[in-house]
Amino acid sequence: MLSLIFFYVLAAILLAAATGVIVARNPVYSVLYLVLAFVTSAVLWLLLEAEFLAIALVLVYVGAVMVLFLFVVMMLDVERAERQASFTRYAPVGAALAFVVAGELIAAFWLKSRSMPMTSFQAPRDAGYSNTRELGAVLYTQHVYAFELAAMILLLAIVTAIVLTMRRRPGLKAQDISAQVAVRAEDRVRLVSMPAETDE
Amino acid sequence: MITLGHYLGLSAALFVISLAGIFLNRKNIILLLMCVELMLLAVNFNFIAFSRFLGDSTGQIFVFFILTVAAAEAAIGLAILVVVFRSRRTIAVRDLTSLKG
Repeated sequence: MLSLIFFYVLAAILLAAATGVIVARNPVYSVLYLVLAFVTSAVLWLLLEAEFLAIALVLVYVGAVMVLFLFVVMMLDVERAERQASFTRYAPVGAALAFVVAGELIAAFWLKSRSMPMTSFQAPRDAGYSNTRELGAVLYTQHVYAFELAAMILLLAIVTAIVLTMRRRPGLKAQDISAQVAVRAEDRVRLVSMPAETDE
Repeated sequence: MITLGHYLGLSAALFVISLAGIFLNRKNIILLLMCVELMLLAVNFNFIAFSRFLGDSTGQIFVFFILTVAAAEAAIGLAILVVVFRSRRTIAVRDLTSLKG
């Protein structure tokens, strides 16, 4: 019963935060609402006893991705007036599509509710259960190739992000390390052999 | 007690809100990216709820990979956005028409 109250409070906060993301005038507020949505979801995942993913969500999303979003939003300084103008024109289309998709989802749930255990409760875990241990046992054995692939994707993201945003400004007084290392002595110093001068 | 239906309903509501957000904010690429992140969050809710209620941890593994790929996507997308802004001084969707014939 207590967990149900928790669930409803957290769900209300989550949906309010999601609504705040899409209606906030200032993009910075949108990012902050999104942070609230992610933190609330992490708590809801704790209610689902998915502890590892809840912590990963807070660390990866709130700690890294949202900070990246915040940086970009503040750096790019999008003008706000344009957003207000576009707000009402496509609102009816968006609302209609949202209602259609909501209807589809409700229909799907209603059709599937006979074969799926929609009203099943969470089976209680025993006292020594560790979510992280269970995930690790599966992740490093059955899904180890997918895990390696995920590591490669992250490496690709690092390299791509750095290469895309790196630029060489003209006139910038910086060291060119590769040019410095590639210098050869023959290009810089000319050794001239000449006879020593002697006093007659 | 919380049932599977509770989580599925919450996830569906979240998905619909973010879908409406894509239409409301279709001028601003950053907000479109944020709405996509919200959609992925809704999908992750479904995966975790099914994984928990059906007793199969593969769903949580899948969420792990979705988080990884979404983080990579956000990083590369924002990098592209910064490059576009640097060269065109705008990121409004309406102005990005240089590929149009």
